[in-house]
Amino acid sequence: MTKTVLAVDDSKTMRDMVTFTLRDAGYQTLEAEDGKAALALLAGNRVDAIITDLNMPNMNGFELIRAVRSDSKHQGVPILMLTTEGDDTKKQEGRTAGATGWIVKPFNPQKLVDVVKKVCP
Amino acid sequence: MVSLDQFRAGFLTECDELLTEMEGLLVELTPESADRDMLNAIFRCAHSIKGGAGAFGLDEIARFTHVLEALLDAMREGQVTPARDVTDVLLAACDVVAQMVRAAKVGKNVPAGLGEEVLVRLVHHAGGVAAPSAMSPDKSVATEPLSQGQQWRISFSPHESLFASGNEPLLILRELAQLGQIQVQADISRILPLEALDVSQCFLSWQITLCTDRPESAIAEAFEFVEGLCDLRIAAAPETSQPSPDSIPTGNAVPDQARSNEQGPFMRRAGDGAASGTIRVDLEKVDKLVNMVGELVITEAMIKAQARDLSPEAFAGLLRGVEELSQHTRELQEAVMSVRMQPVKSIFARIPRVVRDLCAQLGKEITLQMSGESTEVDKTVIEQLGDPITHMIRNSADHGIELPQERVAAGKPAQGTIHLAAYHQGGRIIIEIRDDGRGINRTRVLEKAKQKGLIAADAQLSDEECDNLIFLPGFSTAEVVSNVSGRGVGMDVVRRNIEGLNGTVHLKSEPGGGSTFTVSLPLTLAILDGMIVRVGAEHYIIPITSIIETMRPLPGAVKPVEGACDVLNVRGEFVPVLYLHDIFRIAGAQPDANKALVVLVEAGREKLGIVVDELIGQQQVVIKSLEANTDPVAGISGATILGDGRVSLILEIAHLRQLDAQRRQPETRQAA
Repeated sequence: MTKTVLAVDDSKTMRDMVTFTLRDAGYQTLEAEDGKAALALLAGNRVDAIITDLNMPNMNGFELIRAVRSDSKHQGVPILMLTTEGDDTKKQEGRTAGATGWIVKPFNPQKLVDVVKKVCP
Repeated sequence: MVSLDQFRAGFLTECDELLTEMEGLLVELTPESADRDMLNAIFRCAHSIKGGAGAFGLDEIARFTHVLEALLDAMREGQVTPARDVTDVLLAACDVVAQMVRAAKVGKNVPAGLGEEVLVRLVHHAGGVAAPSAMSPDKSVATEPLSQGQQWRISFSPHESLFASGNEPLLILRELAQLGQIQVQADISRILPLEALDVSQCFLSWQITLCTDRPESAIAEAFEFVEGLCDLRIAAAPETSQPSPDSIPTGNAVPDQARSNEQGPFMRRAGDGAASGTIRVDLEKVDKLVNMVGELVITEAMIKAQARDLSPEAFAGLLRGVEELSQHTRELQEAVMSVRMQPVKSIFARIPRVVRDLCAQLGKEITLQMSGESTEVDKTVIEQLGDPITHMIRNSADHGIELPQERVAAGKPAQGTIHLAAYHQGGRIIIEIRDDGRGINRTRVLEKAKQKGLIAADAQLSDEECDNLIFLPGFSTAEVVSNVSGRGVGMDVVRRNIEGLNGTVHLKSEPGGGSTFTVSLPLTLAILDGMIVRVGAEHYIIPITSIIETMRPLPGAVKPVEGACDVLNVRGEFVPVLYLHDIFRIAGAQPDANKALVVLVEAGREKLGIVVDELIGQQQVVIKSLEANTDPVAGISGATILGDGRVSLILEIAHLRQLDAQRRQPETRQAA
């Protein structure tokens, strides 16, 4: 069964890169430009994994993670956050919020697929 | 289960190795030589095959080896002595398993009834202790020792809150399973009764034994996202030790204690243990590497050819770089070639069995001595060498070694000896098969050859030439055609096989004292020492190994023969002469042999003169197969790319004569 991944990022280039790569790897994708849009999408869709940037307008990544974790419908879904190298405070904050894992930016497509496969094969 | 299929092919290869090892041990097994170590070693081979077969759903093999194992177990316990008839049955059982493995490799079903008879004999010898239905292959899977790479013990106890982060332990275990062979035991002791169970919390923990050739970091990476969310311990297991029952906390599966304890000593003995630092690599990957290096060598030769004309003063740095490049390329090439090298042990290992069977069939007593089993040679050469060697051994045992009473009458020990040796000599591998039998009966060989019209009735041959007549097609002196050495179709095939590997085979014999086959082979088939020759504007390559000498014929030395090719008088011997430009229809070549050069080559047993315009030089060339892209081309064995970038064809000497004859045929018909 094809898995669906939701990509949340305010940068369109980044979303395009993520969705293009994942579709190439056999995933279906949804995209949202911030946390609010993501929650709106989640209300009507079932997803198998979420990849989210942390720094976004309207609703940032941490808020999104906390919101997903407290929503009984999506509670257990794996959430990967996009972090930058060496930013351990953010990584820690994200984990406390309930993130499953992280992808360190910048990353190449293969790395992205590898990490997604890890939590959502 | 992708990972399982991936391991299946590996397991079947391992089966072959185990069977070879088992066979080798069984041949040596006598009531006197049998000790506990040896019996354990044999038992373990069967046990490993059984366990793996169960895991991969090869039920036929599992069922059969279970019975085999029962007999071996009884022998280990001292209930059955390894008398000759017992080892015979065990060897027959090895053959049956080998057949089953072969069937599994090609995905075929095992023929119905295969091995039934052997099965009955096994049960009979085991005293009826084994009922096939009593087995449970699944159990042995859990206790099966892991054989590749380093062994790791991993203890993974997630915190109860693990699921809240969206992590899934199952995926982690699957990821680990991708790294190598894995045994997992789940600890379910913390699970609460159903009514008290909170499904959003994790109460399971796992003890994992992983055998992998990947580094610890690869294991840690699987746990990357659960760091801090679990108690994790990753520790390297002590070398060569196997998972013993007491190191695995008892979960649901109870390991078979007695067997696991036995595995330790054997693993050390076999030396193929967990920590040998070897990895299994797909042959395709290695070949790709070899190919790439081949390309690199060609590119390097091109650069070198271009750089030759540069002024050393103006381009000192560049030229030094080129020099270094060529040195490194050579080293890289040698290193990569060595990856494909394997010890000849894999062929030698099956010879004791062959000799044992021959002794039984022929009523002879033969001791086999082997040396140089660790001599390495290219994998492709190994694969194609097994049959010729077996055949020569058969020939020595059948025609060479005399019957015990004949030997005693000739003042020799009743027991004959065949010595099989491998060694390196001058960049080639030499394989020698020496027997102390009766040697070649030259009078009879000559008689036979003349009778069959293989040589002229008045031919004068040296002793060595005479001995080598046995390599001619259709030659057989055996008084009675035996089912051992066949109908004399053997030795010419042996010679052809070996020449197909760019090798040579010679026989030296001493009447009454024995014969020696000497096989000389290149270490690799990827590179060839070649002589580059020019014909017209074309360049061809002649393998150096087939060149005897090069000469410019004296006026009148080349004589035409009606309806056949010209001949050249080489010190009294008349050698057929072929004009390369005629065969390949090349314009602008020197048509007069007296003004051109003649390269004297050895094609099988006969000599040939090849007329070319010029010798360009000697060079190691990387062989590129033509057959990947075209149909086989007669007279051409492959191609290579020369330093200046031009493609040059490698001549297949053995076919040139035929090609010339074909070319001539229409002409003679027209003339008639």
